[in-house]
Amino acid sequence: MREASFLSAALRTRSLVIGVSLTFVFALGALVSLIWTPYDITVLDIASKMQTPSAQHVFGTDHFGRDILSMIMIGAQTSISVAIIAVGIGMVLGVPLGLAAAARKGGLLDEIIMRGNDLVFAFPSLLIAIMITAIFGPSAVNAIIAIGIFNIPVFARLSRGAALPLWTRDFVMSARVSGKTAWRISAEHILPNITNLLIVQGTIQFSLGILAEAGLSYVGLGVQPPTPSWGRMLAESQTLISIAPHLALVPGFAILLTVLGLNLAGDGLRDLLDPRLRRAGR
Amino acid sequence: MNRLMISAVAVLAATTALNAKTDVTVGLQLEPPHLDPTSAAAGAIDQVVYSNVFEGLTRFGSDGSVNPGLAESWDISEDGTVYTFNLRSGVSFHDGSEFEASDVVFSLERARAEDSTNAQKALFAGIESVEATDASTVVITLAAPQGNFLFNMAWGDAVIVAPESIEDIKTNPVGTGAFTFSDWKQGDSITLTRNDEYWGAAPALEEATFKFISEPTAAFAAMMAEDIDVFYSYPAPENLAQFEADPRFNVLAGNTEGETILAINNKVEPFNDVRVRKAVSIAIDRQAIIDGAMFGYGTPIGSHFAPHNPDYIDLTGNASFDPEAAKALLAEAGYPDGFSTTLKLPPPSYARRGGEIIAAQLRAIGIEAEISNLEWAQWLEQAFRGYDFGLTIVSHTEPMDIGIYARPEYYFQYDNADFQALIEDLSTESDPAKRSEMLKQAQTIISEDYVNGYLFQLALTSVVNAKLSGIWADAPTQAVDLTGVSWTE
Amino acid sequence: MLLYATKRLGSLIISLVVASLVIFACIEIVPGDPAAFMLGINAQPDTIAALREELGLNQTLSQRYLGWVGGMLTGDLGTSYTYRSPVNEIVADRLVVSLPLALYALSLTVLIAFPVGILAAARRGSATDVTVMGATQLGVAVPNFWFAMLMVLVFAINLRWFSAGGFPGWEDGFFAAMKALTLPAISLALPQASILARVMRSSLLDTLSEDYIRTARAKGLKGHQVMWNHALRNAMIPVLTIIGLQFSFLLAGAIIIENVFFLPGLGRLVFQAITQRDLIVVESVVMLLVFAVIIVNFLVDLAYAWVDPRLRTRG
Repeated sequence: MREASFLSAALRTRSLVIGVSLTFVFALGALVSLIWTPYDITVLDIASKMQTPSAQHVFGTDHFGRDILSMIMIGAQTSISVAIIAVGIGMVLGVPLGLAAAARKGGLLDEIIMRGNDLVFAFPSLLIAIMITAIFGPSAVNAIIAIGIFNIPVFARLSRGAALPLWTRDFVMSARVSGKTAWRISAEHILPNITNLLIVQGTIQFSLGILAEAGLSYVGLGVQPPTPSWGRMLAESQTLISIAPHLALVPGFAILLTVLGLNLAGDGLRDLLDPRLRRAGR
Repeated sequence: MNRLMISAVAVLAATTALNAKTDVTVGLQLEPPHLDPTSAAAGAIDQVVYSNVFEGLTRFGSDGSVNPGLAESWDISEDGTVYTFNLRSGVSFHDGSEFEASDVVFSLERARAEDSTNAQKALFAGIESVEATDASTVVITLAAPQGNFLFNMAWGDAVIVAPESIEDIKTNPVGTGAFTFSDWKQGDSITLTRNDEYWGAAPALEEATFKFISEPTAAFAAMMAEDIDVFYSYPAPENLAQFEADPRFNVLAGNTEGETILAINNKVEPFNDVRVRKAVSIAIDRQAIIDGAMFGYGTPIGSHFAPHNPDYIDLTGNASFDPEAAKALLAEAGYPDGFSTTLKLPPPSYARRGGEIIAAQLRAIGIEAEISNLEWAQWLEQAFRGYDFGLTIVSHTEPMDIGIYARPEYYFQYDNADFQALIEDLSTESDPAKRSEMLKQAQTIISEDYVNGYLFQLALTSVVNAKLSGIWADAPTQAVDLTGVSWTE
Repeated sequence: MLLYATKRLGSLIISLVVASLVIFACIEIVPGDPAAFMLGINAQPDTIAALREELGLNQTLSQRYLGWVGGMLTGDLGTSYTYRSPVNEIVADRLVVSLPLALYALSLTVLIAFPVGILAAARRGSATDVTVMGATQLGVAVPNFWFAMLMVLVFAINLRWFSAGGFPGWEDGFFAAMKALTLPAISLALPQASILARVMRSSLLDTLSEDYIRTARAKGLKGHQVMWNHALRNAMIPVLTIIGLQFSFLLAGAIIIENVFFLPGLGRLVFQAITQRDLIVVESVVMLLVFAVIIVNFLVDLAYAWVDPRLRTRG
């Protein structure tokens, strides 16, 4: 019964429905591309380059005669996997740091973690990403690291902020009295109570990760060819924009719609999971 | 009355002449790091200052010929080792000081000194001594005869600099050329103004601005908006058709000295086997690369030699596109299922796009070439100096550089004693007929050894405002010589 | 308060030292020799060695680190390897583009976001609110370099209202310079304005739901009076925090936009310096940017602590 009402509430949240549908379309495209794409994008066909959209090629062909729909599908795979892993890194490292800081509030550990956070935030992220690739060379892994690093303080700060008020609550007090260590309390009592928050923030960071991956690939620092990525597709189409605008429009809209979908989904989730906000009517 | 009419006409004529544009804005893709052509390899320096600000003893003409520069004439001794240069008189540097033989001695000694930072120090390696016999005569003695010494002295790295200006040469270059350096907005533009004291014919332009636009899209937009009058060496061949169709612009497609090659690491397995190298060479469809990467601009080559050179022979037939034969060769060499290798690509679009096409073509015969896109600094470190590559794509833009195949330590590591002996002989040979024969032989050897995959001669494509004349179509060296440029209106 | 300030100052200094070490270490392990890069593929090894000596690259690590830090303390950022002119001058040249661009973009951001955010909050739930907030969702999701590309296509190439990029310099007149910065500023401002408008709206809604606002309403104050007199002022704290963050982002984060419009700004300087291995420029500019953000954070923290004494205990 409770689940049914949750579902109906979810379906009534317009932004959640739109967002999840958009996200689902791209995720499905990425999944399908693992086993099938309309055309093989490793085969170049220079003779049929830059075709406008047609029945054979729904989004046309690129400057090497590759099918753009196939490129977009595999590009979705690239974007999604880079962003998910980067956000994962941020969560896995950031949340424990934030919880630890909250558990030792005001102590040296808290101070070090929070100052470290500020320090990472103080670095210009794109420049650091460029430096990382200058050191290790451009690749998907390095793009993930570059994006992941800047996700750590986001989650550390969020989980510290969310955990602090919980430490004054009765159920934590009683756990303390029963002799549980701060680590166990964090894991057993604090973490479950901030999961909703983490999911919502994770969705937002995921969308930012997609944008960041596109930006890095755009300046040539992401996955290497022939693996397609939306950002590089944009970069490569840039000089062709006045001859074949669809080359730039299709990947641009792909990024736009994916990010939009994730943001809407994130907003919808927040409305759904946070009763206080729901009451406030947002 | 009549006289009045005439003077009125004269005044009119004078004003229209005054109204004709006398300034030009030239777009370049790369900004020079500094402005001393004698201490860096950056072609962007020469593009701005060669012949405009700095001149050498000899200079390149637009067709690549070597012409008198600051040396009016010269005599060469019987044995070819002593060059006596007669310098022009009445030449002064932009700072007002007189140009004299001592300046030539200073410049050449500086270039070949122990602590010299000249990027082409090899040009001066054969010099034994440089002496000023009087204020307008310089005698250069070579250790051995050098067939191309006058050619070497025409390079931008061999220009004559003013000794008293050497401290600030990198930011305030002082030369003898037709234009003086006037302003540098770093990151944006460099402005030159006419040198009214110039010894030669006065240029038509009063002011020239070089604007640096690295993004091809931005270059396209700036040209289309007529923010710039010339884009020299336009970086995106895909846009040229649009400029050609537009009556406001002319597209100049000329020759460069850039042999674009798929360089093969000759020392590493499996490329130390000539059959594998041949398989790679014939697996490549040059026309597909020229069409796909360069949008049709470029001439296929079969060896490391520029097609516009009189001694060129067409060897493209040695590596005709034949994927089936390539597979057979691979099988014969013991790789029936192909193999994996690396393909390291520097930034220019010929390499990045050409690389993707080549990787696809190699995949068709079973070779998996893993692409990594590198910046130049990484490429120099890894591929060029570290020999850490299987395949890479580079355009060798130095003129007449077939001699690099005689250097076994050069990055593609081709080591052939016969070839080395041939180049050794060539460097001391001065009989034109014999030189020509030897050059042809050299081209044939490296072509038949399949040292590298020879792709195409890079085309120089510049977009020029239709009303502007005198821009060089060809690039015998990296230069945007503005001395003969004028507006026709 | 004094104790708090001293403590914060201490951690500020530690942060700066750590930052300088991290930056220096990163730069040191970047492969690629600046001298080899500058001399190209025909250079002889002895020439490269001579240039390394000239550039001071043959000193030991600690000598170079101390030299660099010592120089910075006296306000000297060193000499660029490639340009061979003082980094101070180069940075100053670039700041006269980057700083006005950031301010311009930030002004546009505020000018768009405030009215939009207030309007949406005042008409919460109405069609206006839904439309405007939907538009901001789009604004947040647009990759700004793509938006910039489209603007160049439309306004520079097709309509020719603006030049496609470049910067004429301030000496060509204020309006010419501002015109050159307009398209870049719009590209930068669009996503920022969308973010700020959303923050503005939710912050206003938060304060409007607080008790004292309800009291004010109950006392018979009209809707717009409540909005202007009470809610707006109290809603400004999170908004100002975001604006502060956005400014530092705009200063350093415009690299891609500066490339699209070939503006000679700070971001493009560092980007080029990395590819040219002009390491001294990279480390000095990155340090400068980090320094600016840390100082701003420090001042903001002090300001908060001064306003709200409870925060001081937070350490």
